[in-house]
This record gives sequence, C-alpha cells and structure tokens, in this order.
Amino acid sequence: MQKSNLGKRIAKSRSLYVMIIPCMIFTFIFAYYPLTGWIMAFENFRPAKGYWGSKFVGFDQFRFLFEDFEFWRAFRNTVVMSMMNLVFGFVFAIVFALLLNEIRHSAFKRITQTVSYLPHFLSWVIVCALVQSMLASDGIVNTVFSKLGIIKKPVLFLGEPSYFWWVVAFSNVWKEMGWNSIIYIAAISGIDPALYEAAELDGAGRFRRMWHVTLPGIRSTIVVLLIMNLGSILNAGFEVQYLLGSNGLLVDVSQTIDIFVLKYGMSIGNYSLATAAGMFKTVIAVALVFSANAVANRLGENSLM
Amino acid sequence: MNNHAIKRKKRFHIPVFDIVNTLIMLLVIAIMLYPFLNTVAISFNDAQDTLRGGIGLWPRVFSAYSYEMVFRNRLMVTAAFNSVARTLLATVLSVFFSAMIAYVLSRQELVGRKFITAYFVVTMYVSAGLIPTYFLIKKLGLLNNFLVYIFPGMISVFNVIVIKSFIQSLPDSLTEAAIVDGAGHFRCFWNVVLPCCKPVLATVALWCAVGAWNSWFDTFLYAPNADHMTTLQYEMMKLLSSSMQTGRDTSSIFGNNSQQANIITPVSIRAAVTIVASVPILVVYPFLQKYFVKGVMLGAVKG
Repeated sequence: MQKSNLGKRIAKSRSLYVMIIPCMIFTFIFAYYPLTGWIMAFENFRPAKGYWGSKFVGFDQFRFLFEDFEFWRAFRNTVVMSMMNLVFGFVFAIVFALLLNEIRHSAFKRITQTVSYLPHFLSWVIVCALVQSMLASDGIVNTVFSKLGIIKKPVLFLGEPSYFWWVVAFSNVWKEMGWNSIIYIAAISGIDPALYEAAELDGAGRFRRMWHVTLPGIRSTIVVLLIMNLGSILNAGFEVQYLLGSNGLLVDVSQTIDIFVLKYGMSIGNYSLATAAGMFKTVIAVALVFSANAVANRLGENSLM
Repeated sequence: MNNHAIKRKKRFHIPVFDIVNTLIMLLVIAIMLYPFLNTVAISFNDAQDTLRGGIGLWPRVFSAYSYEMVFRNRLMVTAAFNSVARTLLATVLSVFFSAMIAYVLSRQELVGRKFITAYFVVTMYVSAGLIPTYFLIKKLGLLNNFLVYIFPGMISVFNVIVIKSFIQSLPDSLTEAAIVDGAGHFRCFWNVVLPCCKPVLATVALWCAVGAWNSWFDTFLYAPNADHMTTLQYEMMKLLSSSMQTGRDTSSIFGNNSQQANIITPVSIRAAVTIVASVPILVVYPFLQKYFVKGVMLGAVKG
C-alpha cells in the first residue's frame, strides 16, 4: 500500500525526474566520478598502468608529503596569505561601507559605489598586469611615494620576497573592497533610522553614531561572514601568486598548496603526491566549513537578514 | 547657552568630517580608476613615445597602431572569437540548467527532494581536485576540445541555490494555476516561472559571463599549445608571464620586426590587449548593478 502510494507520487511528478535525472548524471560524471582518482594518493601511480594496475603503497605518499619541507612551506604561505586577505579584506570593506554611508549626496554615493566594483569584474590576469605596471620602478606608486618623500629611490616591489605577501593582500583589497562592501551597505540600510535620530538627540556626533549605532547594527553580518570565511582559510587563491610570484626569487613566499599541486602534478608528473596534497586540502577544507557552520549556528548568528 | 554651544560645535564639526570623507571617497575613485585609465592612455599612445615614460591619463602622441596590430594578429582574432563564443554558450547553458535544477528542487511534491538537494550541494564542498579532474577531462577526450570550456562548469550549485531561493519567494498560486491547467512541469518552468525570475537570472548570467570571460586557467591546463583554443585572457596571461620572466622584453607572439615603420612594444601591445579583454564586461556591469546587489544578498544568506 505504502509502496504503491510512493510509486504513484513519483509517477505523478515524473516530468520533474525527466528534468533532473540528466543533470544528476552529468553531475555524477563531472563531480563524483573523478573522486575515484583519489585512489592515486594511495598508489605509486603510473598513467600507463591506470588506477587499478598501479602499485598500492598505503599512506606512503602522505608520509612523504608531511616530511616534505616544500609542502609545509606551501601550507604556511597559503595560511598566511589567506589570513592577510581575510583581515585586510574585512577591515577595508567595512570601513569603506561605513564611510560611504555617511556621504549625503546620493549621486556621488552611487557613482563611488559603482566605481568601487569595477576591479571585481577584471580577471586576475588583467589585475596582475595592472599591478605590475603600477608597481614598476617608474610606475605611479614609486612616483607618488618618492614625491611624498616616503622613499628615496624606486622600490622593486615585485622583486623583493618580503613585500610579496603585502602585494598580494593589497591587490586583493583593490580588487574586492567595493564588491565585499555591498553586503555591509545593504545591512546598514536595514538599520532602523529611529536609532540614529535617538542617538542624535542624545548629542552623539558622527563618529559616535557610526561606532554605537551603525557598527552594532551590522555586527551579526560581520560575525557570520567572518566565520564563513575562516572556513575557507586554505583557499588563498592561486592566480595572483602564480602570475606575480613565479619568479624564482619569490617561490619561497609565493608557492601555495594549489601551486604545489600544479607543480608536482603537471610539471613534474608525480601525480600521486600531487593528488595526496590536493586531497589533504579538500579534507581539511570540508572539516573547516562544517565547524564554521556549527559555530555560526551555536552563536545563533545564522539570522543574517 | 548650552544648547547654543552644541549647535556651534556641530556646525563647526560636520563640514570637516564631510570634507575629509568626500576627499577619501575621491581618493578611492582615483585609486580604482587610475590603473585602468592609465592603461587606456598607454594603449592609445605611440609605442615608441611610451618608452620615454610619464604617460598619465591622456595619450601624448595619439596612435591606434597597437590596436591595429592586435586585430591584425591571427591568434588574437581567434582568441577574441573564442572568448566571445565560450562566454555566450557557457552563460546560456549554465543559466538554463541551473534554473531548471532550481525549479525542480523548489517543488514540494518531488519525492526524495532532500536527497537530491544534498546530492548537488555536496559537490560545492567536495571536489576531486586538479589531478583527478585532469585525468577525467583527458579520458572524456576534452583536451584541446572547445567543449572543455562549457561542460565542467555548466552546473553551478551556488547559482542553483540562489535561483531556488528566489523561486521559493514567488507566490505558490502562480505555479498552481499552471499545474491545474494541465501544463507539464517543463512548460510551467519555461512559461510561468522563468519569466518571473528575470532579475535573479540577470544576476546569475552576469556571474557566469564574468567567470567565463575571465578564465584562463582551463586553457592553460587543457589546451596550452592549441592555437585554435586560445582565449583573450590566455593570450594576456602569456604576455604577462613573458614580461614577468624577462622584464620588459620582446613578447613571444608579436615579435619585433625591425623593417616595420611603426614600432610595436610589449608594453603597448599589452595595454591594448588589456583593454580589449576587459572593456566588454566593464560596459555591461553598471547596467546590471541593481540586480546583482540583490543577488549578492541572496547568495550570502544561503551560502
């Protein structure tokens, strides 16, 4: 009885299944099936022998990976750069949203906001090309800094390892500040205007109102986004590091886990080691995302809007 | 007296804040626009003159020769064609399939809805990674095949979720009428739901288009040496990496022909390619602004 009921319900909406099943098969091929490739991480994989013919070595690849200085260097670079992106990304986007909110001239406000999105729509290749020419020895940054007397002779920003992380962080700020501020600006516009009026009556100035009304008003948005972003801490991106940091001098600070995988997999042909590194990253990332979600729920901060 | 003092204080303080704030915003605008406008100026400046340096926001010796060279180069024309083709195809297909999946997942009567939703959502978090994906693409015969630009990213689960939450915000009566009328689900999706989803579809289409237009890594990985597969971003990436490695040196594809009357330089060519590769997106996005702001909100809530 139950069964035929279920059958009836399925039959009634069979056109839904006609629509969804091809998409599920497609997703299986492109997202689930390649997971079988993880078997390479436990083998000494040779393409000629295939997944099933290669020699099984257990956790040897992981052991090798965890003893590899280069891997831990890539791990460090990934975590440091993504922490820097996180901190600067948040601070600049929030401050920008707060200041933009204080602009009263609405057309100027709108134009500023539109312009601030522009770099988000450029590809990393283009952004890196722009960054490279701005930071060149005769570029605008060196010109302005020397005119202001901050530096005496041109600085080679892209030739010096100790600057590289800052270059990456500020390239990210330049590219994503406006885009990331969208959500804060929207959250600010949801704050009850009566709160501002009350604060003004109490004699609070502009800064006090920003500090005591606007910031608390977007606090939950900030907390949720912060937690969610902590979940993707192993995604430092790799495009900017690859494009600006492939220079031999910079490898020590620019190589991220993704670039490590690319190098061992595609250039050196050590597929097993590269797969092990990629798998390590995915597993940690999934664990982080789930903990981040759990923390957000526990804090009761999931009521973003 | 006291009241007067507050008023005076206010009158004195607020303009200072506003002036400083406006200046900060103008500085932001300048920082956002300068690199781009400077590149436009360089791209329209005579190549030899550019080498003297000091080009700001306006060309010193106007010349469109760099653009002429770009558009006369066979490889660049192929690249531009491929970029346009992959962007159009990927956007149309991805929006269609994402919307269709979103529609199905929004139907309450779908048996196994939770399972099917989870089936898609899992792929957002668990990905096989670079090497296994590469072997899959190779096995499917998609290396050096144009379809590699379309298939792997065709179903975006993130976009499915965004569209789904939009569909769920539509009134139920909308689709009920169509279903009662005996229209099948596909017709209900195509004729009733899709037209109501225009705002969210515009957002998602913009994201897909930007993603497809801006990607270079798939070319780099799956078709690095196939001239017929190249895209503008990939050519740009080659120009960039040759200049990263050799400083400002000759680029590989254009060469420097000494017999030519007009000189071309990597700096100018690169500037022209930068503009060609970014202008199409930049003329579109301001018009879609009101849509994608809403889309970002939907994505943030659900993502």
